[in-house]
Amino acid sequence: MTTGKVTGVTANLITVEVDGPISQNEIAYVKMGDERLMSEVIRINGNTAFVQCFESTRGVRTGLAVEFAGAMLEVELGPGLLSKNYDGLQNDLDKKEGLFLKRGEYTSPLDDEKIYEFTPLASPGESIQPGHWLGEVKENWVNHKIMAPFTLKGDWKLDSIVEKGNHTIRDTIAVISSSDGETKDVTMTQRWPVKVPLKAYREKPRPFRLMETGYRIIDTFNPLAEGGTGFIPGPFGCGKTVVQHAVSKNASADIIIMAACGERANEVVEIFTEFPELIDPRTGRKLYERTTIICNTSNMPVAAREASVYTAMTIGEYYRQMGLSVLLLADSTSRWAQALREMSNRLEELPGPDAFPMDLSAIIANFYARAGVVYLNNGETGAVTFLGTVSPAGGNLKEPVTESTKKAAQCFYALSQKRADSKRYPAIDPQESYSKYLESPEIQAFLTERSGENWVEDVLSLKNRMLRGKEAQDQISILGDDGVPIEYHINFWKSEVIDAALIQQDAFDPIDRFASVERQEYGLKTVKDICDRVFNFDTFEDVAPYFKKMINSLKQMNFCEFGSGQFKEFESELKITLNEKEVA
Amino acid sequence: MQSRAFQKIHSKIDKITKATITLTASDVGNEEMAWVDDRLAQVVKINGDNVTLQIFVGTEGISTEAQVVFLGKPQTLKVSEDLAGRFFDAYGNPIDGGPEVEGEEREIGGPSVNPVRRKQPNQLIATGIAGIDLNNTLVTGQKIPFFADSDQPYNEVMANVALKAEADKIILGGMGLSNDDYLYFKALFENAGALDKIISFINTTENPPVERLLVPDMALTAAEYFAVDKNEKVLVLLTDMTLYADALAIVSNKMDQIPSKDSMPGSLYSDLAKLYEKAVQFPAGGSITIIAVTTLSGGDITHAIPDNTGYITEGQLFLRTDTDIGKVIVDPFRSLSRLKQQVIGKKTRDDHGQVMNAAVRLYADAAEAKTKRDNGFDLSEYDERTLKFAREYSNSLLAIDVDLNTDDMLDVTWRLLENHFSKDEVGIKKTVTDKYWKGAE
Ligand SMILES: Nc1ncnc2c1ncn2[C@@H]1O[C@H](COP(=O)(O)OP(=O)(O)OP(=O)(O)O)[C@@H](O)[C@H]1O
Ligand SMILES: [Mg+2]
Repeated sequence: MTTGKVTGVTANLITVEVDGPISQNEIAYVKMGDERLMSEVIRINGNTAFVQCFESTRGVRTGLAVEFAGAMLEVELGPGLLSKNYDGLQNDLDKKEGLFLKRGEYTSPLDDEKIYEFTPLASPGESIQPGHWLGEVKENWVNHKIMAPFTLKGDWKLDSIVEKGNHTIRDTIAVISSSDGETKDVTMTQRWPVKVPLKAYREKPRPFRLMETGYRIIDTFNPLAEGGTGFIPGPFGCGKTVVQHAVSKNASADIIIMAACGERANEVVEIFTEFPELIDPRTGRKLYERTTIICNTSNMPVAAREASVYTAMTIGEYYRQMGLSVLLLADSTSRWAQALREMSNRLEELPGPDAFPMDLSAIIANFYARAGVVYLNNGETGAVTFLGTVSPAGGNLKEPVTESTKKAAQCFYALSQKRADSKRYPAIDPQESYSKYLESPEIQAFLTERSGENWVEDVLSLKNRMLRGKEAQDQISILGDDGVPIEYHINFWKSEVIDAALIQQDAFDPIDRFASVERQEYGLKTVKDICDRVFNFDTFEDVAPYFKKMINSLKQMNFCEFGSGQFKEFESELKITLNEKEVA
Repeated sequence: MQSRAFQKIHSKIDKITKATITLTASDVGNEEMAWVDDRLAQVVKINGDNVTLQIFVGTEGISTEAQVVFLGKPQTLKVSEDLAGRFFDAYGNPIDGGPEVEGEEREIGGPSVNPVRRKQPNQLIATGIAGIDLNNTLVTGQKIPFFADSDQPYNEVMANVALKAEADKIILGGMGLSNDDYLYFKALFENAGALDKIISFINTTENPPVERLLVPDMALTAAEYFAVDKNEKVLVLLTDMTLYADALAIVSNKMDQIPSKDSMPGSLYSDLAKLYEKAVQFPAGGSITIIAVTTLSGGDITHAIPDNTGYITEGQLFLRTDTDIGKVIVDPFRSLSRLKQQVIGKKTRDDHGQVMNAAVRLYADAAEAKTKRDNGFDLSEYDERTLKFAREYSNSLLAIDVDLNTDDMLDVTWRLLENHFSKDEVGIKKTVTDKYWKGAE
């Protein structure tokens, strides 16, 4: 084991004189009395290692002993990851003692004592590939696959496997051997370095299904593919976190991984408090049963913040290997980029735009590239869908993190300050936002199959109407109400109907917060029908009151259980209004 | 100078900049405090035997032979019940003529609360100001700044809120406070008979700016003592955090760090977050609520200081003068309390959420009408109504001199809505209008 001695410290950058071989990104522990401060090697120069410390460096002094761990930052993978609250380094926060986080206290991510009923899925003699499904256990309601080590190289076969029965995660459940005669005991757990993508699959096809989120502006207008990528940039207070939380509650994913990356602790507490109570609308199970939270809030050490998104991604990839659909949410990836910036500046690297590191774009692109739908070696399908938020400085989208992310992500959900100011939530800008999946042949085929021949066309026609509504509004504000043809007012108000009925959605209303596919199909059809109608008005002054009445009915419908008596009442109210202006 | 028996005295300084000195010393810990002659300093960098210290009051006049004594510990504060009612400087020395406070010595800037040991904040703080209680309800354990131009009466509003908040302790962290403001706070607390529950750490414009960097941590260390050890509801007032951030910039600049936006250090977000995240609700009942002031320059909230603050705090209260009514209002567009949904409709009446949003939406329509008018266009009949509504709404609810209880605020809003709009235009959920709408059908 290589050791070393501290020779200097500035903020959380520590320099260490080493006595042997070390590697880039290797983990090191700085020993301060009985505290061991976890750090990561980020630069090597001769005998000097530069390590970034994941903890406060208060009191660190020259001469302190340092131990190198011989491994990169790794996570432990196995049954028991779900329903856990981890910090960015996968310490189980619930196992930590006391009100305050104690420096140098590291807790085990999994539960050694817990008994799982193991059911074998493979038989002795089978040839084994990395990630091979050897058996499964029930983790909450999820069939958690116990897999052959992802690190296997060469030809391996299964020598023996235990029968169906109860085991802890540390028990040997199988023995495998290689053609070179090496044998390995396999337990229910394994370790994997977070910065290395987990790729024990055959192929990564283009996404071909949708991840449903229950948000109309996403599902109907800018759909997110299962295995796809998207991001939500927006000024502070415009609703990034609310969108993510709503999606985490309603998404049609098997597993949700939430990385609170450099954001507020109270927002995570909200999840801790709500998820054990809330029910997943699809499975009827408690939400926390399918959720893992990685929580590295803004007051927790900056370097661990950078690690947290990788920890989250690796856990997501692990569940993908089980043929599950994982949704990974990270709030906010800008904080991760800022952590990179702080370190890069401390290393006195040549700064790129806005003092971010030069390779920021590449780092972000590599991270987003880890998402995706995959065909596993056994033919099953798994997916990691990634939805991140970006917090642009000054709300200005022309800044390095937003621009780099825009290149890497397929869906762009831009939050607009103006919409947020006027409480048009979600404040996702209907004109600026896009999903490239709407143009993908695979997703178009999926949509046609699901919602009929005209779906995509209808969606595009309403999106187009939103643009025309905006143009009409601009003209009206330049030329005045009576300076434009009445048609402009009608176009504007049609776009207001789309906005009010389909785009706005109250994340805090018990009904409106979630719109099923069926409901979204109904909504699109109803609104499209209104928009396609020809209306005659004598004066522009009649336009707004008429449409407002319609909008009110549509909004009331959104607050009612779909298809309920009340819903039908407002529906017929809407019909009456429409018939008033029926043009032959 | 403090006792220095048995402590090694260094007296050869190798390098002096405007804020730092570097000398040769061994066995010194990062962030350790030291005396440099009679000035307090802190270790900010160690490189082999070279130790760099930041001197809070600056290095003017420091000699290469200045005496440096390391204290072997970071900055501390002695905590006990005796802190109550006292005024201190940034280092925790009494400035009220009273005795030194005895108590347990605690390092300032201590560790973070384990997120799983926090409780979700859910206790409403009533201030009587409708711009706050109605539209941006505050909750204990929240952190929220006033965003205001320097000519706005932010300190008055903040002090007013503090006195109404029913806190067990109010801890004032004053940074770059003018002497007038300092005396204002002192007199106000005295007159309110609240002095025994106030603790103040004050850095005025007469003190060196870099000293300010200690103030929030001192205030928050005291706050943690009362909130954790005594289970008290503590309210921390930090004014003006813009001056705090300026001091951060001074230091990082003098240490040759690469500045990011607006000449602020790249770590501004983390630096501010470390303070604001001390706001917390503990399960045992104690809490720390932080109300801060971030002064703006010309209302610009995209500047790095308010921008980073907004990304950290749980909303902001934006003060602006409404020229139509000639009063300072809490601007409903730019203001936000992110914890309000924890209490709205739960601790307040069930119509609260809907009424609040409807009124703000209509106020937004009025803003559009105003633009239209300013551009010289005729206003529609609806536009005219929104403008009338906006004026009354501003005057009877948004103005900071309003003092009502929440139910009355809601009732006033309903009456305004009824007077100016139809039910369709208001767009509130039918179950709610059925219950509260008293106007025409
Ligand atoms: N869909 C919505 N429905 C109702 N209210 C919303 C919605 N989205 C946002 N809000 C309101 O806006 C506030 C701020 O939203 P949120 O915390 O999500 O902002 P954010 O973009 O994540 O900000 P930051 O970058 O500072 O974290 C919420 O507390 C809520 O009051
Ligand atoms: Mg957020």
